[in-house]
Amino acid sequence: MRKEVRFSGFGGQGIILSAVILGRAAVMYDNKFAVQTQVYGPEARGGASMSQVVIDDDQILYPKVSVPDIYVIMSQEGFEKYGATAQESAVMLVDTTLVHSRPKCRCIEIPATREAKQTLKRDIVANIVMLGALVAATHVVSEESLKKAILDSVPKGTEDLNIKAMQLGLELGKQP
Amino acid sequence: MSFEDWYRADRLPHIFCAGCGNGTIINCTLAAVEQMNWKREETVFVSGIGCSSRAPGYILTDSLHTTHGRAIAFATGVKMANPDLHVVVFTGDGDLAAIGGNHFIHGCRRNIDLTVVCMNNQIYGMTGGQGSPTTPKGALSTTTPYGCAETPFDLCDLAIAAGANYVSRWTSYHVKELEKAVKVGLETPGFSFIEALVQCPTAFGRRNKFRQVADHIEFLKTHSLLRAKRDRLLEKGEPVPEDMFVVGELMRRNRPAIGVKP
Amino acid sequence: MTRTEFWQGNTACAEGALAAGCNFFGGYPITPSTEVAEHMAAKLPKKGGVFIQMEDEIASMASIIGASWTGARAMTATSGPGFSLMMENIGFAIMTETPCVVVNIQRGGPSTGQPTMSAQGDMMQARFGSHGDIAIIALSPATVQEMYELTAKAFNLADKYRVPVFVMSDETIGHMREKVIIPDKVERVERKPFVAGSPPFRATDPDLIPGFPLFGTGQHVHVTGLTHDERGYPCATNPGLHMALVKRLVDKIENARDEMADYEVINPDAEQVFVAYGAPVRTVLQVMHDRKDPNIGFLRIRTVWPFPEKALAKFKNAKRFLLPEMNLGQIAREIERHTCVPVKCIPKLGGELHTPSELVAALEAQP
Repeated sequence: MRKEVRFSGFGGQGIILSAVILGRAAVMYDNKFAVQTQVYGPEARGGASMSQVVIDDDQILYPKVSVPDIYVIMSQEGFEKYGATAQESAVMLVDTTLVHSRPKCRCIEIPATREAKQTLKRDIVANIVMLGALVAATHVVSEESLKKAILDSVPKGTEDLNIKAMQLGLELGKQP
Repeated sequence: MSFEDWYRADRLPHIFCAGCGNGTIINCTLAAVEQMNWKREETVFVSGIGCSSRAPGYILTDSLHTTHGRAIAFATGVKMANPDLHVVVFTGDGDLAAIGGNHFIHGCRRNIDLTVVCMNNQIYGMTGGQGSPTTPKGALSTTTPYGCAETPFDLCDLAIAAGANYVSRWTSYHVKELEKAVKVGLETPGFSFIEALVQCPTAFGRRNKFRQVADHIEFLKTHSLLRAKRDRLLEKGEPVPEDMFVVGELMRRNRPAIGVKP
Repeated sequence: MTRTEFWQGNTACAEGALAAGCNFFGGYPITPSTEVAEHMAAKLPKKGGVFIQMEDEIASMASIIGASWTGARAMTATSGPGFSLMMENIGFAIMTETPCVVVNIQRGGPSTGQPTMSAQGDMMQARFGSHGDIAIIALSPATVQEMYELTAKAFNLADKYRVPVFVMSDETIGHMREKVIIPDKVERVERKPFVAGSPPFRATDPDLIPGFPLFGTGQHVHVTGLTHDERGYPCATNPGLHMALVKRLVDKIENARDEMADYEVINPDAEQVFVAYGAPVRTVLQVMHDRKDPNIGFLRIRTVWPFPEKALAKFKNAKRFLLPEMNLGQIAREIERHTCVPVKCIPKLGGELHTPSELVAALEAQP
């Protein structure tokens, strides 16, 4: 089944890394296919950042996301630019610390930045909290694969912090 | 072996005009190379475009006659890929300082282990006498028919400012000094730059009151100011004559270099 | 034992080069190709190779040619503006028969254009951009896997044919990450050995390719961009010699057209036939998959130059060739030269890949 995932936030939040980790989890550890793409602007920080992942059991032909099934939105500008048009069948995870709008589709509210700051004392790992929540809510990749892909991708010395952030996200994303 | 053994006999006659100074500079360079006891198979001559850049074609080694201004960039590839090779670049004032100016300053900055010999005739000889970045103020050329209005480059100052380890200037009159300078350049790790002012009777001399080749060489002799003399003038606070150019060793230092034979 | 990676196209390009034994990279940063240089900067020194950041693309091209003459497998990577600057020394490499690989991760032009957006606007520049009559080889990958494989292959073609080989990719493939299966090792074709003492530019074999005399091996070879005789000596005013030299340089590539052809034919009996190379291949494949219509054919081209024109004839019932290109129809025009079948160009500028629905619309539109 082809799943299309879109991440958006502001530059510096780790939006692109989140998408790379998700794609990596699918390809390297879930034995699926994935394509990760991103929008490049001239700015390295700030602005609305966007990155997308297509995950499929079969070879991916058209590599771009057309109609996302899943959104992970981490800034208000990101919502307005890349989330506002979400179709009703989609699922959107929003970081409630930074996004005040809500979509027409099913919305899962995750206070990722606040929790990262208060519980882990580091808001920099808010994106990993969102990834954990995404996997708990959608099972788009397995928890174990996500963990391995995070460990592959984060800087040395930050592994524990990032795994804690992922676990925090898994809790926050659990759906009744 | 004599320096004459470095020539490709089957390439003669050469294309240089009667009275051209380039042959003198090539002889001095090869005499210096000969003194280094370098083997022909481990020596590469590289050049760009122009009269001076024809030199490697007459030398019996591997030689790379490249595009206009780019000799140092090509030489950088040769030397970095195989630092065991001795790489010498022949260039001219237009090749080096106009179209190749950027490659020149970056070669100096990298301090890559090359020896660059520039035959500075202050004009574009091969294309028939156009002004170059070293054409003196007021000099006539086909593109400065009312006298050159621009200020010329001092190539040695440029090399020093950009970081070359060894810099000297001589002329086609100063053959012994030039040969020694080239040898020091060959011995010095890093970027060595030797500027040799040369007469060009065909394109420069006949437009600029050097009717005879000897007139121009006489000018080079009488208008060259030894660096030591210049320094003494400066020390005494006396003016340095504006119509003279400084010759001698202008820089010898040991900045970190790249591409040096291990 | 193969292994799996989740790589960006530009990373796969650099890794393909390393697998092929690339040991010299001279380059200049330019979006969207910079990751190739960055990867080489990190990896080459650890493998005993040389990475050098040059002062511009002119110098980058010069440095890899210089390195190639010492025997290095040398490469650079760039995008449109840098490719334009490289044209001068690409001509020198063609004239002097210097093997080298140039990667062009194409972006929107002309001029600075769209640095971060995708395009295929340099396909004709690759073929004809350097002055004089020339022939070159150009490959276009459509997947990250092909980015790895075709970059490695480019080195073999460069060494075999003694010519610059272009990997004409695009920002879409260069910047996307996807699954790559890495083989144990890649095939390596060496340069034709030089017979000591023979004139360095004399080609005696039917393939018109002379053996390669490495610098530093005592051959005293003179390499010049001027028209030269078999000894390598300048001989720039001899009309017959110039004709013979340029004909040989072009023929050695054009005569090997079939040997180099690399393409795939899907549904050869179809009437409506897509032809694509690079990123638009992906959209065509999606349309083929979605429609499952035997009347839609596809010619997927990997070696774009020399153009594999015989492949067009495989579609005997073709009523129309449809060319989705991220330019205004550069290869469409090349195809018009080879066939009487109508060619419909599906141009797309702006930096985004054709969508499947855009191709379906073109397919369904009346001619």
